[in-house]
Amino acid sequence: MNRYTKTPVGAHYGLGDWLLQRLTAVVMGAYTVGFLVCLAMHAPSTYADWKSIFSGTFVRISTMLFFVALLYHAWIGMRDILMDYVRATGLRLALQTLVALALLLYLIWSASILWSR
Amino acid sequence: MLDSAPPSRPASPTTRPASPRRPKYYDLNLAHLPPPGLVSILHRVSGALLFFPILPGLFYVMQMALGSEQSFAQCREFFAQPLVKLAVIGMVWCYAHHFFAGIRYLLLDVHVGIMKQPARTSAVAVLVLGVLATLVIAWRIW
Repeated sequence: MNRYTKTPVGAHYGLGDWLLQRLTAVVMGAYTVGFLVCLAMHAPSTYADWKSIFSGTFVRISTMLFFVALLYHAWIGMRDILMDYVRATGLRLALQTLVALALLLYLIWSASILWSR
Repeated sequence: MLDSAPPSRPASPTTRPASPRRPKYYDLNLAHLPPPGLVSILHRVSGALLFFPILPGLFYVMQMALGSEQSFAQCREFFAQPLVKLAVIGMVWCYAHHFFAGIRYLLLDVHVGIMKQPARTSAVAVLVLGVLATLVIAWRIW
């Protein structure tokens, strides 16, 4: 086999992704703590309570930031898992494609939920 | 190992020298893992479960809960069922464990607690905190 052959589903960009996985983790951790504090303070119970929490621009944008960080974090994590356990390149490519498509769908879905009505 | 690879990654079994005569033996019982190993594999499993099915489930619930008064009421009814509450508690554990294990990895990355004994202690702390946080949420939603 040609020693310069590259696998299209390998990690040629390890360190950058490794670092971004940490940065996105910090973003999500901060959001998680903030969201729990918000829940503890407002104790939302009715539809109107929840609606008003998610109608503020700050909450919408920080929640969207949380989801974007989550989806990038999930991409790196799922890719790592697939690279570790799925040895056949074709199957790995297929599964990584499915993961990427799912994450894009999640992104669009989360934006549409946060900005609907 | 700590200098060459991020500590969250266990060494791959394929890096061992190949020997066709040596019998293969994999101890697949998770209870035999030392605490850091248990934290590691549970971090993986919880992460995969968070990607699917927990995340799409969360989006669906958000869509229903924020959609209208009627769909919000349907949500309430759905989450009042004991089995659903149990499932939610399992999902909360996935998030809590992933959260605390992630903080431990971030600390290990900046070389906090990388010696054997502190690493074991922090691994046990992660396991305990994950369960405790889940119990607090369980008490709040029941």
